[in-house]
Amino acid sequence: MKQKTFIGFTLTMAIAFFSTVMTQVNADPINPILKAEIDEEVTAPEIAKPIKNDIKQARNYPMQPPLVPHNIRGYEINLNVNKCMACHNRTRTEESQAPMISVTHYMDRDGNFLAEISPRRYFCNQCHVPQTDAKPVVKNEFVDMEKMVIKAEKEEE
Amino acid sequence: MKWLKNFWRTFNRPSVHFSLGFLALGGFIAGIIFWGGFNTALEMTNTEEFCVGCHEMRDNVFEELQPTIHYSNRSGVRATCPDCHVPHEWSNKIARKMAASKEVWGKIFGTIATRDKFLEKRRHLAENEWARLKANDSLECRNCHNFDSMDFTLQGKRAAAMHSTALASGEKTCIDCHKGIAHHLPDMKGVKGW
Ligand code: HEC
Ligand code: HEC
Ligand code: HEC
Ligand code: HEC
Ligand code: HEC
Repeated sequence: MKQKTFIGFTLTMAIAFFSTVMTQVNADPINPILKAEIDEEVTAPEIAKPIKNDIKQARNYPMQPPLVPHNIRGYEINLNVNKCMACHNRTRTEESQAPMISVTHYMDRDGNFLAEISPRRYFCNQCHVPQTDAKPVVKNEFVDMEKMVIKAEKEEE
Repeated sequence: MKWLKNFWRTFNRPSVHFSLGFLALGGFIAGIIFWGGFNTALEMTNTEEFCVGCHEMRDNVFEELQPTIHYSNRSGVRATCPDCHVPHEWSNKIARKMAASKEVWGKIFGTIATRDKFLEKRRHLAENEWARLKANDSLECRNCHNFDSMDFTLQGKRAAAMHSTALASGEKTCIDCHKGIAHHLPDMKGVKGW
């Protein structure tokens, strides 16, 4: 009799345990971005629109490659042409009124200045990207350096 | 030589069996038929289906046109090959078609039969189109894009800045700034503005 009670007790505990686990699985779906289970069909979110308002964005730190504030649809960058350089090249900026690529773009990795854009800076989109109006799926906890300095100064006082 | 002389004699002799009225009318009707047929043939070759009927165009320039704004866009207005490459006005159209006969020659002899051969010739082909559009002040673009109907306030800052200055003053025309609008570009070394 005592043994039977014990088995009954363990069974109840096991069921209780697994059912909590199951509900937790339900609360935290397998795909946290789409918030859905794998066997569930979800409607795809709307395609985000590119931001092309020609307004320069603040840089988050001095060495950040600035974001592209304009449309770049169909701009070719390949062996034959670099459309970006048709406006951002040193010799083109008077006509295009675009900001010149900075001097770092003319430097090779040993710090020598070249006459033309350095091959390592040829593919602009590697570093410079336009933005869309998509809502971030993961919260951004980035803190600007300047805020950290101000905070540290306040704490010292 | 004898048969030629005979032929000419028959051809030159006044008609015995047919009245002058019949001949004039017949000639007139035949003229209409030939003229119509000529223009119909002209129109048939003036479609995108005809242009991309040969693989040189289908596999190169047509493929490249498809992701661009002139193939699919929010307003659903499409530019086809002849819209940009064939003038609307009749005499200009004939002139362009005569030039195109040379392109048919190229087709028969496989001048651009492979992608590599096409790319080799591309700079030359592109330069011809640039020169043509420069000479006619980008007429084909302007058939759809009317400068007077452009609202600069609705354009991007970069577009408005250029259109209200260099374009408005006539100093530059569309093709000066919008090369490669429909296809990939060739090596642009030495081209003004690149
Ligand atoms: C038709 C000329 C033109 C072309 C082509 C062009 N740009 Fe620009 N770009 C500009 C102008 C003008 C600005 C100044 C802001 C504005 O008006 O949008 C600018 C701004 C920028 C900025 C912002 C600089 C800053 O200080 O914030 C970046 C980055 C940039 N462009 C990158 C690119 C890249 C990458 C490409 C090629 C994919 C490109 N641009 C092609 C004209 C051009
Ligand atoms: C390896 C990454 C990288 C590549 C590739 C690159 N850039 Fe940059 N770019 C940067 C960084 C980092 C900065 C900001 C610091 C600086 O000026 O060096 C910058 C700055 C700029 C600026 C602003 C200059 C100023 O003085 O305000 C422009 C415009 C620009 N880049 C355009 C381009 C263009 C056009 C290309 C392609 C031909 C290109 N960049 C390729 C990293 C890159
Ligand atoms: C059959 C009419 C037609 C012809 C011919 C035509 N276009 Fe267009 N073009 C359009 C349409 C339609 C759009 C897209 C409008 C929209 O929905 O924004 C467009 C868009 C454009 C854009 C905007 C590109 C962008 O990314 O926003 C440019 C630049 C342009 N055309 C230049 C040209 C040039 C240069 C030519 C001559 C070589 C030309 N067009 C010939 C109809 C035409
Ligand atoms: C002096 C140079 C210049 C000339 C000439 C010029 N454009 Fe543009 N155009 C630009 C620039 C720069 C942009 C913006 C960048 C881009 O779209 O690549 C632009 C953008 C456009 C756009 C898109 C509008 C927008 O708000 O982005 C259209 C459509 C267009 N051009 C059509 C034309 C037509 C048609 C002609 C001839 C009647 C013409 N352009 C002549 C420089 C020029
Ligand atoms: C919106 C206008 C436009 C449309 C539509 C268009 N083209 Fe073009 N095409 C051009 C321009 C402009 C050039 C000159 C080269 C350049 O700037 O890319 C050109 C060049 C060419 C060339 C020379 C080779 C090259 O790439 O430079 C060929 C061949 C050609 N086009 C065929 C076609 C065919 C076939 C179609 C239809 C599938 C077509 N084009 C549709 C504007 C257009």
